[in-house]
Amino acid sequence: MKYIEPHAHMVSRTTADYQSIAQVGCEALCEPAFWAGFDRASPQGFFDYYRQLTEYEPARAAKFGIKHFCWLCINPKEAEDPVFAREVMSLIPEFIDKPTVLGIGEIGLNKNTKNELQIFEEHVEIAKKYDQAILIHTPHLEDKLKGTRLILDALKNANVDRDRVIIDHVEEHTAPLVLDAGYWAGMTLYPESKCSPARAIDILETFGMERIWMNSACDWGISDPLAVIKTALEMKKRHHSPEIVEKVIFDNPKEFLSQCPNFSL
Amino acid sequence: MPTKKDIQDLYFMDARFKLLEIASFLDRVDRHEGDADFRHPAFSKALEAMQNPPAGTTRAQAVHLAFSDHSSEPAESAGIQFAFGAHNETKNEGAGV
Repeated sequence: MKYIEPHAHMVSRTTADYQSIAQVGCEALCEPAFWAGFDRASPQGFFDYYRQLTEYEPARAAKFGIKHFCWLCINPKEAEDPVFAREVMSLIPEFIDKPTVLGIGEIGLNKNTKNELQIFEEHVEIAKKYDQAILIHTPHLEDKLKGTRLILDALKNANVDRDRVIIDHVEEHTAPLVLDAGYWAGMTLYPESKCSPARAIDILETFGMERIWMNSACDWGISDPLAVIKTALEMKKRHHSPEIVEKVIFDNPKEFLSQCPNFSL
Repeated sequence: MPTKKDIQDLYFMDARFKLLEIASFLDRVDRHEGDADFRHPAFSKALEAMQNPPAGTTRAQAVHLAFSDHSSEPAESAGIQFAFGAHNETKNEGAGV
C-alpha cells in the first residue's frame, strides 16, 4: 500500500526504521525541524541540525527508495528565549533554497507564552517573505485548545494563504476549529497521547476526508514509524474503500505538499 | 459502513479492558497514602463530562474540554516545558504550572 509519511523525525530513528517503512510502501517522508529532546546550547547546533535535515537524511532515505523532504524553523520549545531564537532563525535563509526544503515548520506554540507567540509570528513572516508553505505544531494535552485558538488568531492577523498552511496534531476538540477556518489539518498517531488509529478514523468519519492527513510523528519518544500504515489497515476493518484509504494516506498529503515547489515523487 | 454491532465486535473488548484499567487506576489512587494533586479532580470532571457531554459536544470532545486550559491570554513565561495532561485550575497564569 503506497503512502506518504508527512511528519516523521528520522534524525531520532534508526536506519532499520527506514527499511521498515519502505517495506510497507512509504514513497516519501517529510521531516519538520523539532525539539531534539534537549535544549541545544548554541545556534551552531541548529546549523548542524539543518545540514543533517537537508543533506544527510535525504541520502539515508534514498538508500531505501524513499524521497526525504524537510521543514525548517526553531521549534516552540526552544523559542522561549527570543534572542536565541532569532539567532537560529537568521540561519534559515542560508538553507531555504536547498532542493528538499518544503517550507517553515514545525512552528507553533508549546506552553502558549508571549515569547513563543512572538517567535511564531516572526516565523510566519519569514514564510511569507520567502513564499513558503507552513507546518504548525499545536501544543500538548491541556494546552492544545488554548494554543490552537491563539495560533488561529495570529494566522488571521497575518493574512496567510490558508491553502498552504497545515495545522498539525489536531484532536477531536481542535479538528473542527482548524478545518472550519479553512486550513489543512494533520492528525498524529501516538501510542500514549494524541490520536489512536481508532480515534483518528473517528475524526475522519466525523469531519470528513478533505484537507486532512495522518502522520506518525515518530521521534525519540514512544512512537511508531508504522502508525500510518497500521491506521490504514484499521480503516479497512472499518469498511473504508481502498480508494478512500489511499486518498487519506497518499492523495491528500500529495495534494498539500505539491504546493511546495521542491516536492515531487 | 459498519453497523453498531460491527463497531461493538471491533472495539467492545478493547474498551472494556480500558474501562477496567481506569477503574483500577482510581482504586489504586484511593488505596495509597498522601494527597492526590489537581489531576484527580480533573479526572473526575472528565469522567462526568464523558457521561453527560454538553449539547452539541461528543463524549471525546467533552473529555478534552474538561482537561483543557480555557484561558485566552498568552502566559508571561513557561515555567515548565511539558504538559501534565490536565489544567491546574488553582493556578491562573494560563500555561500549566
